[in-house]
Formats: sequence, C-alpha cells, structure tokens
Amino acid sequence: MALLEVENLEAFYGPIKALHGVSFSLEEGSVTTILGANGAGKTTTLRSICGMVKTAGQIRMDGADIASKATEDIVRTGVAHVPEGRGTFTRVTTEENLRLGAYSRRDKKAIEDDLERVYGYFPRLKERRLQQAGTLSGGEQQMLAVGRALMLRPRLMLLDEPSFGLAPLLVEELFGILRDINQQENVSMLLVEQNATLALELADHAYLLETGNVVISGTSDAIAADENVRKSYLGY
Amino acid sequence: MDLFLQQTLGGLATGAIYALLALAVVMIYQAIDHFNFAQGEMAMFSTFIAWQLIAWGAPYWVAFAACLVISFIGGMAIERIIFAPIHDAPVLSHIVIFIALTLIFNAAAGFIWEFTIKEFPSPFPAALPFKTNLIGPHELGIVGVTLVMLGMIFAFFRFTPVGLAMRAAAANPDSARLVGISVRKMLALGWGLAAAIGAVAGMMIAPVVFLEPNMMLGILLYGFAGAVVGGLTSPGGAVIGGFMMGVLENLAGTYLIGSELKLTFALVVIITVLLFKPAGLFGRVVVQRV
Repeated sequence: MALLEVENLEAFYGPIKALHGVSFSLEEGSVTTILGANGAGKTTTLRSICGMVKTAGQIRMDGADIASKATEDIVRTGVAHVPEGRGTFTRVTTEENLRLGAYSRRDKKAIEDDLERVYGYFPRLKERRLQQAGTLSGGEQQMLAVGRALMLRPRLMLLDEPSFGLAPLLVEELFGILRDINQQENVSMLLVEQNATLALELADHAYLLETGNVVISGTSDAIAADENVRKSYLGY
Repeated sequence: MDLFLQQTLGGLATGAIYALLALAVVMIYQAIDHFNFAQGEMAMFSTFIAWQLIAWGAPYWVAFAACLVISFIGGMAIERIIFAPIHDAPVLSHIVIFIALTLIFNAAAGFIWEFTIKEFPSPFPAALPFKTNLIGPHELGIVGVTLVMLGMIFAFFRFTPVGLAMRAAAANPDSARLVGISVRKMLALGWGLAAAIGAVAGMMIAPVVFLEPNMMLGILLYGFAGAVVGGLTSPGGAVIGGFMMGVLENLAGTYLIGSELKLTFALVVIITVLLFKPAGLFGRVVVQRV
C-alpha cells in the first residue's frame, strides 16, 4: 500500500488557488521527487501535506486522512518537514534544536541514541552543539534542519530544496547522507529540488508539476529520458 | 555610612518586589515575545481575589493557593478568548489590547472592591528570630520568595522540554508546529504561568504598599525597568535588574534627585539601557546569520 496518497489536492492562499487538483502517491521506502519551474506549486504541495496552507481534497498517510488535522498532529503521524529556509530555532543552541525535533517522542533513551546518530551523520553539528543555532552557517543550518527532522524518527521526510545555498561539495555530501537514511533506515522521502539532475539521481519516482497540475509522472529513469523534461529542466 | 547601608538594604527589599514583577514580565516575554503592559493590573486583580477569599474567612495559604489557580486559569482564558483570535494581527493591535486590559482591570477592581486602601496580611512571622533593624521580616521573606521563584522559572526554561518548547513556540511558531509542538497550548500555558507569577508578586507587594487598584502603577514601571536592565530573555538577569533598580532608586533618591523624580528615574534607566545595551546586562544577544 502507498504510504502517502494525495488526491485532487487544491491549495489556497487567500482567494488565490495555487494547486488545481494534484494527485500522486508515494510508496513506503521510496524517494519521490516533485519537479517543476518556480511557481509550479512544489513548495505549496509540501506545505499542504503538513497542514500549513488551506486545502481541499484528500491527503492520506498510511490510509488515514490527515488533511483535516492540525500541523502538530500530522507531525505525530511520522511526517517530518525540512522547510525551505530551514526553519532553525535561532535563539537556542544546536543541540536544543535537535531535542526540539524529538519533542513529540517520550522514549528518552532512544532520543539520546538518535542524538548521537545525528551527530554521526553530521559531525559538524556536534562541534557546534552548544552554539546558538542562529550563528551557524547556511550549510550547517541545512544539516541541522535535516538532523532535526531525523530526531522525529519519521516515516516520511518532506524535503524542500535541501541543496539551496550549499556549496557543490556539501550538496554531494548531503545527498549521500539522504540516500543512506533512505536505504538504511527505510525513511521514505518526498523531495522538492531546483536541481533536477540531482533530484532524479536520488529519487526512484518523479512527478512533474506545471502551474498547479501534475503533467507527467513515472520512474526517475523514464522521466530523465523524457525529451521535454530534458530540455526544460535538465538542460541538455 | 549608616544611611548608605540602610538605604541599600531598604533598596534590596523594594528591589525584591521589582524583581518578582520582572520575573512575570520575563515569563510572558519568553512565551509570547511581547511585553504585557497589563501584567501589573492583572497581578493587582489577582491580589484582590486573594483578599476577598481571606475576607470570606479562608486561611491565608488556602487563599494563596486558590488565587494562584484562579490566576492561572484566568491568564489562560485571556489568551484563549482575547489573544487567540488576533494571533496574526500586527503588534500594534496587541499593544492596544494590552493597554485596554490595563484600564479594564483597574476600573473593574475599583468597581468591585472600591478605591479605599485595604490591608493585606503577610504570611511571614511578625518578628525575626535574630535582632536587626536593617530589614523587616516581610522584606526578608520577599527576598526569599523571589529567589525560590527564580530557581523554579530558571529550571523550567532550562531543564524541562516544555520550557524549551515554549521558547521555541514564541520565537518560531511555524517550525514549532513542524516538530509537533501545539503553539496554542504553549501560549495559553505561558499566559497562565505569567498570571500566576504575577499573583505571587501582587500578594507579596500588597502588605508593603497596601492593596488598592492603583498599587502597581509605580511598581510596574520599575519591574519593567528591572527586566529591561537585566535582559528580557534571562530570568536571573531580571531578578538582578530588579534588585539593582531598588537599590539605585533609593540611593539616587537619597543622594541625587529626591523623591519627586523617582518614576522619571526608572524611565531614564529603561531608555539608557535600550540605547546602549538593548539585550540588557545579562540577556542573550540574538545573532542571526542569513
């Protein structure tokens, strides 16, 4: 069964409709990417799943409706959002940010283990653990955002532009870590990414979004081979 | 030298009052990221509730506990009923409501309990076990209560997940929801706790200044000044700031400016600190890289 099912999703910013009936699904354990130009509705799709915009249509996590739930309750079904702009809690320390990620959990011992696990993925965060998070560099804050999401022990991660503002080497490292997380911990991922080449490398499935509608869908390989996608998004 | 010592110790005693109120200010600031101007009047109103319970025959500590519970619930109710609907409104709307609440509580207290001053009992023994004429038993008691409250608030923010979640919810509500924090619960809890701390402050202050609807007027200004001097993000700083304000007020009043300019003095301190050390002496300077 699909882990996440989205059917006829519409999203509204006040009177403006940003999604016009988007449907897609995501299999447990898969990495699915949503491609599209600026303004196509990629970020809005992720925000809709988390209940951060007004929506119509159906969103089901593990078969159960989450569309009508509040953000904080959706999170508790195992959905961790790594938002665009990272959403760092700038006034508290790096480690406090990570602990906040585990806020909905009560298994103290496992939280300590997960903290070490995140530090294992991102040693830089350990070096900066008592530093105020607002003073971290952009790349470090991006690692922190991913780490904070991991602290939830998520079943599904929503990643919004994880490569944004990162140096190429760091991007490579980060995507390597994401792949490890997906494969070793069976965390499913829904990835929105400007860098389509990168996204299609990591993902197994892809959807192409244009002005609030899904126009093409398929396996990453098929999408990468598609003439139009190649010309418009991959640039070769 | 005797005068100096007397004034300094007397300053510490009044400073404890300012410190208690400053703690309530810090509490609400950590929870909602705003100054609540109505804090003083809310504390005064709470104290009247305790006074009423005692007048009806309740023993002091029963009235004290009941007052804390009522204030806590009342604080949460104010958040739920008045502030939740305007949560996304601009800061100015909030400020207007803070001011409105100040006037409403002041007038309501006057309407219900009249403006004649009332005596409020002190929970502390009438005489100290040792002999001194430098500080009275109630004053010493307030200092003790202040330090205990400080310890509790510090531990709450520093060591409990709820305290951390409350700070996170105030500073970054969207991200807070994304880690599963119910921001509305945190706001309500923050208001409730701030109202309860204010109630403690009110009940400690009332035996000194006597209970009447305007009793908080000058004290609140000094409480704010204490919180600003110490740093709005630091409970410890706010307490030190409150004590400093008490001592400075007394010394300045004795040696420099006389008693007429005492309130002006508090304002001058607030402005000076904001100009030269906006985060306060002990507050955390927020650095943000983009």
